[in-house]
Amino acid sequence: MNFGLTEEHRMAQKMVRDFSQKEVAPIIQEYDRKQEMAPFILPRMGELGILGICIPEKYGGQGMDYISLGLACEELEAVDTTLRVVMSVHTGLCSMTIWQWGTEEQKQKFLVPLARGEKVGAGAFTEPGAGSDFSNIQATAKRDGDDYILNGEKMWISLASKADFALVTVRTQKNAAKPSGGLTAFIVDLTTPGVTRGDIHGKLGVRAGSTGWINFQDARVPAANRIGEEGEGFKVTMSAFDNGRYTVAAGATGLIRAALEASTDYANERKAFGRPIGQHQLIQSKIAHMTLNYEAAQLLYLKAGWLKNQGVRNTKETSAAKWFATEKSFEAANEAIQIHGAYGFSDEYNVERYLRNARGAVIYEGSNEIQQLIQASYALGERKDKALRMEMPAYEESV
Amino acid sequence: MNIVVCVKQVPDSAAQLTVEGGNISWGEAPLVINPWDEYAVEAALQKAGDLGGNVTVISMGKADETEALKHSLAMGCNEAVLISDPALAGSDNVAAARVLAAAIAKVDDVGLVFFGKQAIDSDTGTLPAQVARVLGWPTLTLVSAIDELSADGIKVERAIEEGRQVVKSRLPAVVSVIKDYGEPRYPSFMGIRKAARATIPVWALGELGIEAPAPVVAWPEVMAPQQREIATELITGGSPAEIAATLADKIMAEKVL
Ligand SMILES: Cc1cc2nc3c(=O)[nH]c(=O)nc-3n(C[C@H](O)[C@H](O)[C@H](O)COP(=O)(O)OP(=O)(O)OC[C@H]3O[C@@H](n4cnc5c(N)ncnc54)[C@H](O)[C@@H]3O)c2cc1C
Ligand SMILES: Cc1cc2nc3c(=O)[nH]c(=O)nc-3n(C[C@H](O)[C@H](O)[C@H](O)COP(=O)(O)OP(=O)(O)OC[C@H]3O[C@@H](n4cnc5c(N)ncnc54)[C@H](O)[C@@H]3O)c2cc1C
Repeated sequence: MNFGLTEEHRMAQKMVRDFSQKEVAPIIQEYDRKQEMAPFILPRMGELGILGICIPEKYGGQGMDYISLGLACEELEAVDTTLRVVMSVHTGLCSMTIWQWGTEEQKQKFLVPLARGEKVGAGAFTEPGAGSDFSNIQATAKRDGDDYILNGEKMWISLASKADFALVTVRTQKNAAKPSGGLTAFIVDLTTPGVTRGDIHGKLGVRAGSTGWINFQDARVPAANRIGEEGEGFKVTMSAFDNGRYTVAAGATGLIRAALEASTDYANERKAFGRPIGQHQLIQSKIAHMTLNYEAAQLLYLKAGWLKNQGVRNTKETSAAKWFATEKSFEAANEAIQIHGAYGFSDEYNVERYLRNARGAVIYEGSNEIQQLIQASYALGERKDKALRMEMPAYEESV
Repeated sequence: MNIVVCVKQVPDSAAQLTVEGGNISWGEAPLVINPWDEYAVEAALQKAGDLGGNVTVISMGKADETEALKHSLAMGCNEAVLISDPALAGSDNVAAARVLAAAIAKVDDVGLVFFGKQAIDSDTGTLPAQVARVLGWPTLTLVSAIDELSADGIKVERAIEEGRQVVKSRLPAVVSVIKDYGEPRYPSFMGIRKAARATIPVWALGELGIEAPAPVVAWPEVMAPQQREIATELITGGSPAEIAATLADKIMAEKVL
């Protein structure tokens, strides 16, 4: 067993840290206040290769491993959650699912430009009427010659208004024996006639990011864009979550770290009752918990990343990592505000932004209630991983 | 013609310096490429095309000090060499200059040697001129821009106290660059993968064909400067004009002006 990061991991970590600290940290508060995404973020992350970090070189990516993807997400969210959300949807939900389930032709057509950052991807599953209860989604696709005709609405979709492509799962069979068996996934060019989209405003957090809706009205999508077979949409989507959740877990770990660093800096400086507040044991207790939770959250996501590198199914481990890290990141941000006292309540300090941002991750990519159901069903023996027709490839070092 | 960049591995700029019994220590601070040298690497990578050659990065240091070299490789340098020999322990700048000059002389067809402005640890800023002196090449220090470059010569802008100075020189020449040159690139992931796998050749004095140069500088005593109590006060509230007035009053009251 080896707990050390490789030199390659450490260099990648530093590179992403330098980018986010130098280029994003100084401007993030301004964009968070304006509730806009800084226009340079997506092109810059593409140009630096961050968007395609773990995609093989032959598909336009950087050929790093899954652990590097996690480390990058940790560094990005240590500055702002919106940066990591980009990785979750562009890389985790969209690119990696095409890599896993797509045909060679689909990989050349869609994965290559996504990995190079020339195109931006999203993952559109949730609907106004169904989130956790995903197998009950209502949007439909009907076969029509060489095309499918899509109708319906997707809601709460990150990068809806910014993306070029979205992985979209809809219903192709109304009365399937199991509702989840009637779903099919497509990669949709969002400039297709009949596709409209927009942003959702007034969000509590991820304000410097983009979250929106996508509407399909008789949108014609080539059958060649179907990812997987008809009826495989549920499995395809669950595979997407195995990767999306991993990025969320790693990112939330970065948020714990940011909350911890802000807290220790402040606790060493601020004095109350004649000494730095960090000398008071109740403050130390908060900091101790943050330290422990950071370590534990990191171990959980690194273990999931290690399993991914081996090509071993990691639904259970990834779900646990997501549940733990997001719950603890919200807790850490909340305690960081407490440590900052009234100053923490103001946007003069970053910690209130951390709290607002951490809140969302407890809900999306499978709410933490759903993660608990997953953990319990594995433990109770109700759930067992079955081999998939297309498995996520193990990490292969290409020299 | 080829380019050489000289980089030093230094403690991270956040490191705390302590002196105990005449020995300087940066504690457990992580070691990084001297920040100024990233600008030198950037300049070298940008200009390699103009001379149609490779970029070789050279560092002199202890046997395991490869971090700065790997960073430079990850940024895009073609080759890296570590100059290390137990006999170099305690080298001064004159010794370092002789050793680096011998290493540069071993690289084929060098047209330009890039240095950073200074190293953030020992901070003398003299090595570029010293190396140029040993090589017998012209030195262009504090360069903020390279306006022309070809095998026939180089034209640069130097940032000096009086303003900007435009200087032309023949090649080969030694150049030290400052921040104004332009932000250094980040290492690329492809570069990182290559650098992480690279085995860096180590040249000892034997390979350079020289003896350890005798130091000419001695450090009879090394001490940390006395810590001064510094009180900071943040003036807040009111318009910028009011804040400025309060500041002016305080400066007068403290008899600073
Ligand atoms: C900022 C943000 C970004 C998002 N980005 C995307 C995206 O890019 N793509 C996408 O497809 N979706 C996205 N979503 C949507 C997100 O995945 C859903 O909100 C989430 O799955 C929960 O679904 P819901 O909101 O419909 O809540 P519901 O499913 O209606 O759940 C409401 C509450 O009931 C609980 N609950 C539901 N079922 C059970 C149960 N069986 N047992 C116990 N409790 C239960 C839930 O945990 C929750 O607390 C995003 C959401 C947010 C806030
Ligand atoms: C007390 C002391 C002990 C020393 N012990 C050793 C030792 O044990 N082993 C050893 O190898 N050296 C040793 N040195 C030499 C040291 O590594 C420096 O190379 C030398 O002193 C340069 O001085 P500076 O840091 O002020 O550089 P400056 O003149 O400020 O640096 C200007 C530029 O020169 C280049 N440069 C500086 N140092 C190096 C370097 N080492 N390699 C490549 N490029 C460089 C960089 O581009 C830098 O930006 C020692 C020096 C001192 C003062």
